[in-house]
Amino acid sequence: MVAVQPRYNRTVIAVALLPLAMLMLGFAAVPLYRAFCQSTGFGGTTQRASALSAPVSVTGKLMNVRFDANVAPGMGWTFRPEKNVVKIAVGARNMAWFEAINNTDHVITGNATFNVTPGQSGQYFTKIQCFCFTEQTLKPGERVRMPVIFYVDPKLIDDPDTRDISEITLSYTFFPVAAGKASS
Amino acid sequence: MTDTTANALHFQGDHAHEHHHDADHKPAFFQRWFMSTNHKDIGTLYLIFAIFAGIIGGAISGLMRLELAEPGIQYLPLWAGTTNLDTALHMWNVLITAHGLIMVFFMVMPAIIGGFGNWFVPIMIGAPDMAFPRMNNVSFWLMIPAFTLLLGSTFVSGGTGNGAGTGWTVYAPLSTSGSPGPAVDMAILSLHLAGASSILGAINFITTIFNMRAPGMTLHKMPLFVWSVLVTAFLLLLALPVLAAAITMLLTDRNFGTTFYDASGGGDPELYQHLFWFFGHPEVYIMILPGFGIVSQVISTFSKKPVFGYLGMAYAMVAIGVVGFVVWAHHMYTTGMSVNTKMYFTAATMVIAVPTGIKIFSWIATMWGGSLSFKTPMLWAMGFIFMFTVGGVTGVVLSNGGIDDVVQDTYYVVAHLHYVLSLGAVFSLFAGFYYWFGKMTGRQYNELLGQLHFWIFFVGVNVMFFPMHFLGLEGMPRRIPDYPDAFAYWNHIATNGYFMMAVGMVIFFINVFWSMFAGPKVEGNYWGEGATTLEWTLSSPPPYHQFETLPRID
Repeated sequence: MVAVQPRYNRTVIAVALLPLAMLMLGFAAVPLYRAFCQSTGFGGTTQRASALSAPVSVTGKLMNVRFDANVAPGMGWTFRPEKNVVKIAVGARNMAWFEAINNTDHVITGNATFNVTPGQSGQYFTKIQCFCFTEQTLKPGERVRMPVIFYVDPKLIDDPDTRDISEITLSYTFFPVAAGKASS
Repeated sequence: MTDTTANALHFQGDHAHEHHHDADHKPAFFQRWFMSTNHKDIGTLYLIFAIFAGIIGGAISGLMRLELAEPGIQYLPLWAGTTNLDTALHMWNVLITAHGLIMVFFMVMPAIIGGFGNWFVPIMIGAPDMAFPRMNNVSFWLMIPAFTLLLGSTFVSGGTGNGAGTGWTVYAPLSTSGSPGPAVDMAILSLHLAGASSILGAINFITTIFNMRAPGMTLHKMPLFVWSVLVTAFLLLLALPVLAAAITMLLTDRNFGTTFYDASGGGDPELYQHLFWFFGHPEVYIMILPGFGIVSQVISTFSKKPVFGYLGMAYAMVAIGVVGFVVWAHHMYTTGMSVNTKMYFTAATMVIAVPTGIKIFSWIATMWGGSLSFKTPMLWAMGFIFMFTVGGVTGVVLSNGGIDDVVQDTYYVVAHLHYVLSLGAVFSLFAGFYYWFGKMTGRQYNELLGQLHFWIFFVGVNVMFFPMHFLGLEGMPRRIPDYPDAFAYWNHIATNGYFMMAVGMVIFFINVFWSMFAGPKVEGNYWGEGATTLEWTLSSPPPYHQFETLPRID
């Protein structure tokens, strides 16, 4: 057996690094994708702002915001918006209430995922406060009212892709948080 | 034998290939075929493996065409051995999954890269063997457990019934929460192994092509088949690890409670689609590029002319490979992308038609004014050009984000992908097989049977797949075993086409077995003056170790 020649080694190392780099990039796609969605509002990912940083410049443009509430199959909660649709002014701060009831005889912790439709409006739909930012724990039979404070960024009117939007649907789905993974 | 491999680079000899007395010495049976380090033997093993897998994958498509011959569910409950309709329908999902995975990973790729690549890349560049003969063996033998895992998965539970019923795309959440049971895990591990095998093979090809070319064989003198395998190897290295990452996260989502693709834990199933198609789109070029290479060799040989626009042909493949990495989301137009994103992916996808067009026109220009002879390999190569162009045209149609909204997941897509693969890649495989059959076995195939095979197969696959365009445009969804009566007419004809194609395959196997044992013996260059690459300077079959004295290319 003759030793592999050094010039092979150089090629092989260079060539073997490629798939390794791609493998790492493949896994790095998870945080990158999340960062991408959050910064661009891709696929209806909503934005988040603190109460202080929210602009206060109410425009005259009115639009409907429709609320949609779902529960993962078998979770045993009732979850619904108090109003299905509200008329809001773009730029104004709004509050909407949702109601959740635990219909089972045991404590359930839930976590709500969310997005808005149409997807392009995601980068302008900003929440200041939301029950979806934290986990919600409901005791058996408990009924809670949960607020969402949000505004639609006036920049929406300047964006040619979004200025024709007259209705945004905000959708939530509650999923049970597995016992071991609570508060992750 | 390793001496030959490692030291051959130092030899510089003349064109006369003097073979040392032991150049054709072969090891005993077990050592030769099970511990092989010889690129030709490993290539042969790959080809046998691919034919075996192709028979299984082809038989599965026969089952599917049989069920689709008439509206209603006729055979599935019988085959699944159950009266439970859900379990029977799950079997349909298992069939489509197995057909796709087998044909992609265990038929086309092993045959075109492992088989012909192994056999002819070292010879065409004047190398005695691959750079890493033992790793080459590892690549092949990884395919066996990979295939065993996939076949074995059909005997264990995949949720609704036995087997992995996820489609070859293995989309979450069907493949995660939708498919409890070990079948999908086995299928995923099978893909891991097949991927590892291909990555090792790709590293081997690149090292071989960069370091082991004979004196004078510059990159720009390499035969186009070698170019095609080089580009393919890079695509494999860049694409397959992304699939590995994607399906590893599927595995952890399934078994270890992670939520990469699960919205309830902050993940996103759409991420899987992005990762899969970032691999999946280059993968379709991985399957077709070596076919381009084979067709170039065949067209040139039977036109008795060098390939028209050699450099353009080589760099067209490079361009296809590069652009192939930035078009993946055209498989995902209906996931709710913005219009701008769709516009980009539409435009980028259509750009690929440019280098592909360069190739098609260069092949035609090669034939133009050539001294043509219509032997079986040439028929397959010309059939390839015709069929691949049809598939390319429907591909440009499908690349439109707006049109795709209508035909997404219909039989129009099935027709398109089979025109480029089943009639593209497979035609190039047959072209290569008939072209090199005498070189590999030392005996020539039967020309009459070969041409009969071509014409019956050609008519059969067109009768089978062309009506699928109509079905798709009428709205028949893919991956569904039942359909309204309105679709019965063309489905019936498509099934008849399958049986015609099957007759062609019977002729093929008769030809292979007859020729292997009783075909006329052939000399080194049985195609004559048109065959100019290095494999034709050797005997047929080549000596066990070729180029102990390296050829010198002027």
